[in-house]
Amino acid sequence: MFLSNWRALSAPVMMAVVLAVGCGESSTTQSIRVDGSSTVFPISMSVAEDFRTDHPDLKVPVRASGTGGGMKQFSAGDIDICNASRHMTDSEKETCKQNKVDYLELVVAFDGLAVVVNPENDWCDCITIEQLKNIWRPESDGTVTKWSDVNPDWPEEELKLYGPGTDSGTFDYFTEVVCGEARASRPDYTASENDNALVRGVVADKGALCYFGIAYYAENKDELKLLGVKADGECVVPTEATVRDGTYAPLSRPLMIYVNKKSLERPEVAEFVKFYLANAGKAATEVGYVPVNDEVAAESDKLLSEALPKTDKKGT
Amino acid sequence: MSISQHSDGRPYAKFASELFAWTCGFCTFLCIAVLGLLLWNVVSFGWDSLSWKFLTSWPSMKPANSGIWAALVGSLYLIGLTALFSVPIGVGSAIYLEEYAPPSRWRTLVQINIANLAGVPSIVYGILGLGLFVQMMMLGKSVMSGALTLTLVVLPIVILSTQESLRAVPGTIRQASYALGATRWQTIWYQLLPASLPGIMTGVILALSRALGEAAPLVAIGAATYVSFTPQNIFTDEFAALPLQIFNWAQEPKKEFHQLAAAGIVVLLTVLILMNAVAVILRQRFSKKIRW
Amino acid sequence: MATATPKVSALRSSSGGVKYRAAVELIVHSLLLGCAAISIITTVGIVLILLIESLPFFQEVSVWEFLTGTKWSPLLKPQHFGILPLFCGTLLVTAGSAIIAIPIGLGTAIFLSEYASSGFRDVVKPILEILAGIPSVVFGYLAVVFISPLIREVFPSADLFNAANASIVVGFMILPTIVSISEDVLRSVPRSLREGAYALGATKLDVTVGVVVPAAASGIMASFLLAIARATGETMAVALAAGNTPKMTFSFLESIQTMAAYIVQICQGDTPADSLEYRTIFAVGLALFTFTLILNVLAQWILTHVREKYE
Repeated sequence: MFLSNWRALSAPVMMAVVLAVGCGESSTTQSIRVDGSSTVFPISMSVAEDFRTDHPDLKVPVRASGTGGGMKQFSAGDIDICNASRHMTDSEKETCKQNKVDYLELVVAFDGLAVVVNPENDWCDCITIEQLKNIWRPESDGTVTKWSDVNPDWPEEELKLYGPGTDSGTFDYFTEVVCGEARASRPDYTASENDNALVRGVVADKGALCYFGIAYYAENKDELKLLGVKADGECVVPTEATVRDGTYAPLSRPLMIYVNKKSLERPEVAEFVKFYLANAGKAATEVGYVPVNDEVAAESDKLLSEALPKTDKKGT
Repeated sequence: MSISQHSDGRPYAKFASELFAWTCGFCTFLCIAVLGLLLWNVVSFGWDSLSWKFLTSWPSMKPANSGIWAALVGSLYLIGLTALFSVPIGVGSAIYLEEYAPPSRWRTLVQINIANLAGVPSIVYGILGLGLFVQMMMLGKSVMSGALTLTLVVLPIVILSTQESLRAVPGTIRQASYALGATRWQTIWYQLLPASLPGIMTGVILALSRALGEAAPLVAIGAATYVSFTPQNIFTDEFAALPLQIFNWAQEPKKEFHQLAAAGIVVLLTVLILMNAVAVILRQRFSKKIRW
Repeated sequence: MATATPKVSALRSSSGGVKYRAAVELIVHSLLLGCAAISIITTVGIVLILLIESLPFFQEVSVWEFLTGTKWSPLLKPQHFGILPLFCGTLLVTAGSAIIAIPIGLGTAIFLSEYASSGFRDVVKPILEILAGIPSVVFGYLAVVFISPLIREVFPSADLFNAANASIVVGFMILPTIVSISEDVLRSVPRSLREGAYALGATKLDVTVGVVVPAAASGIMASFLLAIARATGETMAVALAAGNTPKMTFSFLESIQTMAAYIVQICQGDTPADSLEYRTIFAVGLALFTFTLILNVLAQWILTHVREKYE
């Protein structure tokens, strides 16, 4: 008797409990929604975490659907802040205009792509963009297999390539800048998101060549040899300074956040963006990017304070 | 020819037989020892990271501050909802197949279908969830989507184990009940279900343990990587889950995250062991009440 | 003893009671039928979703190219959509895991069934059941942290994540399946067969290998197939352990990608919905589902139809 009653009761009780707890107010009404580039994600997440210690009641869910996915939501007005590792495309700007989404573009850090080789590689100190293109473009699959294929002065060492995976922003960026088209790359390289795997690979192969974010190089600089990159002018080695002032080109890029101006009307969003700009430098260094220089920082602050609702104009 | 003469023709037969026995024993040993060793390594590696702070913090970019709270709560939500859906549907299906459906080609087809569903990789269920719950039903990447997908994953297990338990109840009980004028449903509700309860509970807990450890369907429906809140609204909010969190940490290159993953595994295994222990206890407790 | 007697009082009710009970029966019957139908709906749902969502994909990429192309690079330009590298990777990992699991599993099953005492069996079988319940991510982690460095010590030229890494852990994952089913089948071989062989002067080896195992062969084969089917669909461990490079190779020391691991990779990324790349999820899912279905159906058929007649 007890048995059947117990069983009969438990289901509705469990249901009631789950639904009661689970049907609370949707968390997104009071949260600051951030989404977008997986490259900028670590910075935003770091800032969001620090922000939470000061404002434990505010929710800042940070997602990394990719710049494209983030832009889609941003231009539809679904999210407050879009992390971006590239500028908005014209069609995205169009969509924003159509949906009456007015936005701010704020640069929060710089990212550099380092090209590294095995320390025993003594024939190459500087590589040109042309040479990189020759190595990495899709047609080179199977044809460019030795260092001597790229430059006859170089030895006939077999070329072993490493790089980030195809779903990373770094990959998109490198291929666009070097090969001319995003995602155009030869497929026969060892792809990995795991920088440890890439570093191990480069260290083991005398003829290895790898590109990844400058942060990974910084963590493993004792084991790798960094190449300078020559575009049109001189050979530039990526350092914090050269990335920041733009001389390390074209393999350095700005990392940005796009902020919906309408969201700035909410005090918590305004607070968060201010906090972001103030702490982006610290977060960027922690994560391994290059903080912005003072000029750019001042520019961003100015843009922000102009965009804030006039009644809420406080100093940064 | 006598037996001893027969054996003399094969001087190494006895030796070969012994060797074979030892080889098989070695296999068994290998089986258990390797797995035991690996698990021991995980547990000892992760033990250091286990702390109250770890259990109650949100995930973070800094390993030292990372915790598993969001994943733990998310998993509990998922399991609760999965149980809510899979138990009635699974037990109901099993009851229908065992007690109501007349033996026919139709029934055989359904049985075969269920057996096949049990062997479908869980990621395919995730794809089904992606197409059906996330997109068509517009539930997005919410706890509800995750729970519904997991329900489909574990449904075959619940159905099959409930069927086994129902079959184990002797036919005489049914006959006696009908003889006294009970309807089919009365027989089921008052006789068969209580009698097969231990087996059903074991099956349910087995299924839920499986659901707890499944990450593939959740990845397929796109569950978020970084969640720093517990879901408030199950129909819209995203969630974290224990196996997903372990998966994410294991993919990170830094060693500190690997240690966190190990600690997460310890938490996951602890919950699984607890669930199985509960199953064993419940089974024994209710088995006592049944006397054929 | 409430469970022993039916509730008689409910039966002797007013004249309206019969109609009420009939109504309840009808409702219950329909509800339960609905429940059972859900399992059919699930299968239909899986097939429908896979087909419907991959249809646009196959309008752009021919089925022939999909099934026979040797390059898989949907996320790179120029795009290639030949599934053979993924299929090759799946076969490699499955074969590797079978090489590990089948001998060890069969050996363990034989030991448990023929040599071990029932006390030993009572301890080992639950342990194996527990091991069967360990989630895939745990094995993936083990591969990343423990197995991978081990492989690199023995083969320094191996990629950091490779097929051998995945094969080893998947092999251990499917071991309990082989052991439990094979052991059940071996034990169900009648004693009379064994005793007859002993009576003819056979050693235990002769009896086991010459009589018992062949008698249980079909069940053992079925257990192998079920385990292999499981290995094929293994996702999380392989996604962590095997690297993520689709390529046609038969080397265990290279980084490869299986069908299931590809689906995980692309679902983790940020491909926009309704794009061609997104639809590869469903196309590859369809291929995977079909493959495991064939294996499972085969295994089930063997288990139920091919039975040794013990006379």
